Amino acid sequence: MKTDIILCGVGGQGILSIATIIGQAAMDADLYIKQAEVHGMSQRGGDVQSNLRISSTPIASDLIPRGKADVIISMEPMEALRYIPYLAPEGWVITSTAPFVNIPNYPDADKLKQALQALPNIVAIDIEQIAKDNGIPRSANMVLLGAAQQALRIDADKLRQAISTVFARKGEDIVNANLKAFDLGGQAATR
Amino acid sequence: MKRLLLGDEAIALGAINAGLSGVYAYPGTPSTEITEFIQTNATARQRNIHSRWCTNEKTAMEAALGMSFMGKRALVCMKHVGLNVCADPFVNSGMTGVNGGVVVLVADDPSMHSSQDEQDSRFYGKFAMLPTFEPSSQQEAYDMMAAAFDYSEAQCLPVLMRVTTRMAHSRAVVQCADTPRQENALNHDAKAANWVLLPANARRRNDIVTAQQTRLEADAAASPFNSYLSPAAVSAVSPAGPAAVPAVSPAAVPAASPAGPAAVPAASPAAVPAASPAGSPAVSPKPYPLGIIASGIAFNYVCEAFPGGCPFPVLKVSQYPLPKALVQRMAAESESIIVVEEGQPFIEEQVRGVLPTTTTIKGRLTGELPRTGELTPDSVAKALGAAPYKELQLDADTESVVAARPPQLCQGCGHRDVYTALNQVLAEYDNPRVFGDIGCYTLGFLPPYKAIHSCVDMGASITMAKGAADAGQWPAVAIIGDSTFTHSGMTGLLDAINENADITVIISDNLTTAMTGGQDSAGTNKFEAICRGLGVEPEHLHVVVPLPKNMPEITDIMRREINYHGVSVIIPRRECIQTFKRHAKAKKA
Repeated sequence: MKTDIILCGVGGQGILSIATIIGQAAMDADLYIKQAEVHGMSQRGGDVQSNLRISSTPIASDLIPRGKADVIISMEPMEALRYIPYLAPEGWVITSTAPFVNIPNYPDADKLKQALQALPNIVAIDIEQIAKDNGIPRSANMVLLGAAQQALRIDADKLRQAISTVFARKGEDIVNANLKAFDLGGQAATR
Repeated sequence: MKRLLLGDEAIALGAINAGLSGVYAYPGTPSTEITEFIQTNATARQRNIHSRWCTNEKTAMEAALGMSFMGKRALVCMKHVGLNVCADPFVNSGMTGVNGGVVVLVADDPSMHSSQDEQDSRFYGKFAMLPTFEPSSQQEAYDMMAAAFDYSEAQCLPVLMRVTTRMAHSRAVVQCADTPRQENALNHDAKAANWVLLPANARRRNDIVTAQQTRLEADAAASPFNSYLSPAAVSAVSPAGPAAVPAVSPAAVPAASPAGPAAVPAASPAAVPAASPAGSPAVSPKPYPLGIIASGIAFNYVCEAFPGGCPFPVLKVSQYPLPKALVQRMAAESESIIVVEEGQPFIEEQVRGVLPTTTTIKGRLTGELPRTGELTPDSVAKALGAAPYKELQLDADTESVVAARPPQLCQGCGHRDVYTALNQVLAEYDNPRVFGDIGCYTLGFLPPYKAIHSCVDMGASITMAKGAADAGQWPAVAIIGDSTFTHSGMTGLLDAINENADITVIISDNLTTAMTGGQDSAGTNKFEAICRGLGVEPEHLHVVVPLPKNMPEITDIMRREINYHGVSVIIPRRECIQTFKRHAKAKKA
């Protein structure tokens, strides 16, 4: 088993907490992990990404080669497109559809939609709307993780367990909100 | 115990478990998380291991030497450019030597993700004649800390440990010890003559350390962190990390003799049948068309390029001085050599000095690998002739839809209000010049502010403004953050005051070291006192709160002080919006 994942978004959107959950689940499953993050200046409202590799055999590079990523998980639709050169031909893109507009030349909505629809394997959902409609507005990133579960090839139960572990210190309510978000994401992806 | 750790965290835990007594550091990407880990680690807190941030890298290095002088183990951490700041004590620490072990951890930032240059710290290690370690995995980084402290004490020299961004900021599962080693006891027995670098003492030490280099190189050749891997072995070793490799114990080190590393015999007939010994014709074909020298994390990219096992011999280098004997062995059995290293062509240039000019040596200097910037698995695979993966082919033009998204000052950040005010005032003058500095506010160069004209190194805003004023420039404005001011701005301000330079200094105080994630700032609550103490006249020292509603007051003060022909200091003070949010959240919880 080997899954190469690119997590991306805009600085401050919480991609690292998705990475933490996947990392925890992979460690619980006794898998090898490498996860390269970006810290520092680029976190200030710029594009951010994390390369996350999990495997049942040892992993060499911390970075994913071009054409090798199995999944791109993106908190932002334009950011998902930035890493397409890294996607394997049969790879999946799981993305939020809500644009984060903090630059003057953000692409036209129709063009963006067309570019996303041109991808062979894509799940594009409005995670923020789903989270809001269900009274858990702060758990949008876990909706996205739920939507990505199948593409990740990690047991849903392992990911749910990891959510419980990672959020445990924040209390039961937060754990439950995030588990609910994860389940909603899974449902949205299969619809 | 197994833990999922950042490279930085593995280094921190490795140091604690090696009996660390103090970490001395100034925050700097990508090294910051080492000290932060130690600040919150249970063992470190229980042992009261020193972990408070220092004012700059020079004070950090010197404090670590003091701790070492007293027999205890100290770690100094910084980013690559921080090593420039502490170059004086760093280089001279080779002359004094150490008592308790000292590891100087420097995190280089090739490709400049968050830096102003991509200097390679290994050159400093060679320059100061110090042993240098460069881990290739998080596990090795962890294991190396104990080895480096032991080696530092065995050789009585500090050890430079060099990592790069992708090692510092990448996580992996690390196997670590359950119980930490005890700290060293206080020990006053260090020889004072070594520590007083009067010329007579320094000359003696210089001879000793220079003579020691042969020994250091022999140790590097025998080091478990360096390995000469024949083709079959490469895939088997690689990435999981050398968990099975024992750390270098002081007892084991002396075994290696300069004559030839015991653990890795030079090309023996048995190992390399084709490179036949005496009696063979002068021109004997070498068994391999290519040999690969790979250091640090570059080794991982080499392994990645050959998932089925590397068909060429690989010399993995993670400890320096560069073991020339192993390089010569590779040259004896390979038609050509390619050097794959993260950073500048440090090994590549040395290899050119070791081998006859007839040997083909490839790398960053010859164009097989990019001359600058970070290596990637793709650039390395290409250089090694490995086939690239098939990429997704799309009819649609995806690339043109993607716009660049540069970093920017946060919404609600006080620096924004400072730049708004400054731009408004400076629009009234011909050719104003604003000298910037290192921090979040360097982003003031970008639109919409386009407010600064320089950014060179920590503290340069004030001294450059002074030099410009000396040249006749007016207005000359310096803008510097609170942490950068105490790091390296104060001394420059004294120069300006002593000559009553015609400059206006803005210390944009957000009560933290914000760029690196909100660490404590050494001068918090002390800035007015510092400025007055240095000699800023009280009527030309102002504190304002950078908020839109205060614009009239702020612009009025700025205008007045620019028009005053002497040193004035304006301190806009409002907490960083990021630490403010964090503090509000913590209060609520």
